[in-house]
Amino acid sequence: MLRIKKLKARVKDGPEILHGITLTVNAGEIHAIMGPNGSGKSTLARILAGHPDYEVTGGDVHFQVNGEWQDLLGMEPHERAKAGVFLAFQYPVDVAGVSNVTFLLAAYNAIRRARKEPEADAFEFRELLVEKAALIDLDPSYLDRAVNLDFSGGEKKRNEILQMAVLEPTLAVLDETDSGLDVDSLRIVAEGVNRLHAAHRAVLMITHYQRMLNYITPQFVHIMMDGRLVRSGDAQLAHEVENRGYDWLKETA
Amino acid sequence: MANKIQTEQLQQRGREYKYGFETVIEQDTFPKGLNEDIVRAISQRKGEPDYLLEFRLKAYRWWAQQPAPTWAAVEFPPIDFQDIRYFSAPKSMARPVNEAGEVDPILVRTFQRLGIPLREQERLTGVAVDAVFDSVSVGTTHQKMLAEHGIIFCSFSEAARNHPELVQKYLGSVVPPTDNFYAALNSAVFSDGSFVYIPKGVKCPIDLSTYFRINARETGQFERTLIIADVGAEVSYVEGCTAPARPENQLHAAIVELIALDDATIKYSTVQNWYGGDAAGRGGIYNFVVKRGRCAGKRSKISWTQVEAGAAITWKYPSVVLLGDDSVGEFYSVALTNNQMQADTGTKMIHIGKNTRSTIVAKGISCDQSKNSYRGLVRIAPGAENARNYSQCDSMLVGDKAAANTFPYLEVSNPSAIVEHEATTSRISAEQLFYLQSRGLDTEAAVSLLVNGFCKDVFKTLPLEYMVEAVNMLELKLEHSIG
Ligand SMILES: Nc1ncnc2c1ncn2[C@@H]1O[C@H](COP(=O)(O)OP(=O)(O)OP(=O)(O)O)[C@@H](O)[C@H]1O
Ligand SMILES: [Mg+2]
Repeated sequence: MLRIKKLKARVKDGPEILHGITLTVNAGEIHAIMGPNGSGKSTLARILAGHPDYEVTGGDVHFQVNGEWQDLLGMEPHERAKAGVFLAFQYPVDVAGVSNVTFLLAAYNAIRRARKEPEADAFEFRELLVEKAALIDLDPSYLDRAVNLDFSGGEKKRNEILQMAVLEPTLAVLDETDSGLDVDSLRIVAEGVNRLHAAHRAVLMITHYQRMLNYITPQFVHIMMDGRLVRSGDAQLAHEVENRGYDWLKETA
Repeated sequence: MANKIQTEQLQQRGREYKYGFETVIEQDTFPKGLNEDIVRAISQRKGEPDYLLEFRLKAYRWWAQQPAPTWAAVEFPPIDFQDIRYFSAPKSMARPVNEAGEVDPILVRTFQRLGIPLREQERLTGVAVDAVFDSVSVGTTHQKMLAEHGIIFCSFSEAARNHPELVQKYLGSVVPPTDNFYAALNSAVFSDGSFVYIPKGVKCPIDLSTYFRINARETGQFERTLIIADVGAEVSYVEGCTAPARPENQLHAAIVELIALDDATIKYSTVQNWYGGDAAGRGGIYNFVVKRGRCAGKRSKISWTQVEAGAAITWKYPSVVLLGDDSVGEFYSVALTNNQMQADTGTKMIHIGKNTRSTIVAKGISCDQSKNSYRGLVRIAPGAENARNYSQCDSMLVGDKAAANTFPYLEVSNPSAIVEHEATTSRISAEQLFYLQSRGLDTEAAVSLLVNGFCKDVFKTLPLEYMVEAVNMLELKLEHSIG
């Protein structure tokens, strides 16, 4: 459902960060990307979501919507969301003055409209939201608080998963959603991801830790170093990285 | 004195200002400059009674002795008051006009284009409009229907002729001609504006409004609004305004006086959209306005709501003097500045009566290289037992070149007073916008969510139709600055 070919990108007017990434993700698959700090993992994730800071200098990205391949890079960020791409941010942004429920209702209905599905009214939406929040153990009071404002690090991550659960994307890109979570939260978040996962969906998770992979088993693990995917393997590769670090991969790169 | 306005192709100045056009119409315009003769000429042109000429001359003589004030946090080169024209009116409007039916079709079309239909069959049903074009009111709608309720709603010039007892009693009673430099200037040269009187116990059945349009070049607009709500009366009044987009600055110095007697309520809303200048800071209106209301009676209430999105410089503090016991003053404000606009605005709540209450909710949004200051005074006089004030001042910065300030002043001379003040500053970042977009909201929807979230406490105090207009106006400007 996602085909990234020889993707090169840089920060606008800055140095190149991604030096040719090729990656295919099929429906039903879970992929993990690991790699040292600053290697370009978030850059890749943000480019997939359409972040305006970056400029693609080579390659292409295609995304399958209802069986049809579309040029993802030619789409606006909101169009990508409507097409089914969701990015759980490494650093979720807070939005003062806008409550979680107001924000999510607007997003939910924008996506429903694009899918030509009936929009929800405020009452039925709240019910849905309360139900989803319970699944990730988020107190309903968080729904009326301003988006992410004064949320703890772990609460922000759980709020990302809540949004994902509500918007039901076909491709979920999780950028270090496991970082900063305590053991219980980690399990809850992983369950949230597993619950969403289905044959017609895919997950691309960026992580530094093997521990998340104990709950969510990826079929593929890729190692990114210095803007390149230097090695791909199965879940075993994550164990190896955990034990040996990344240095040994440098030579093979 | 007549001169024909040349057809001028005004430059397209950004998609966010669609009111920047100029109406080509023959105008009767005074020569530049200000002196006693000009003051007399204005009064004569309006066929005013002597008391008004005296009022003007006194104000002029005081003004001529005063230096222009410079204390606001705004910067502009000194204004040459001799380089401004103080009167300009369409020739077709030389004689007084009572009902909108007789208005010059060119003016009807102009106001139509501004969204203000004047013709009887097209006009808005829920709101009466007084349309002011440069120095004259060109028409007032719904006068007959209002008169059946005993309500007087007319241009100021008409009021001066037809209701001298009310005008003489209340003109300058809230803002004396010598209150300050710009108040004196206005008192000397004011040309038109609106007058409202709501009789005892009458609840005005529709919103009243005035639309101010500046058209003539090099001309100042100096209007005067006077609203009196008699015992137990109620009125909701709304003003709107726009001006052509020109590379030079133009001065708008108005006075608004409100008087609420026992148990009367006046709600005064402003949707201000003067031309604010271009990205380089060229052009735009200097909006120097004195607005003040007096809660003169027991339990009277005055509520100001302003949504200020235009003008190169805004300098005004809609205030309430809480004289009557148990009276209530409110100020709800959103001030948005973009490009190189500057705003120094806020309010004064002067508590004199017992158990008086005031609420201040001020939201400032500064974009681009603009500068946005809130300045507010809460004064509790020695006799104001149990006075209460709550103030909330929030600033939102868009981008990293804009500036926001708050200057809250507090003078409490009665120990029973309870005064609360809260302030916050936040920033709309590209990151925030991207976050919202990444969830499926387009730029417009994302900006609207942010603006509504920030301003909802103010928006909800506007009459519904104007709320929609105000929201659109802000969204349009913000999209331009963010996107
Ligand atoms: N918007 C930006 N402006 C400037 N530099 C950037 C920007 N985004 C990324 N970079 C740079 O690109 C490189 C890759 O950053 P990226 O965030 O993709 O790393 P990462 O692999 O996600 O690291 P981490 O594991 O620490 O999250 C870094 O050197 C970073 O400083
Ligand atoms: Mg990262």
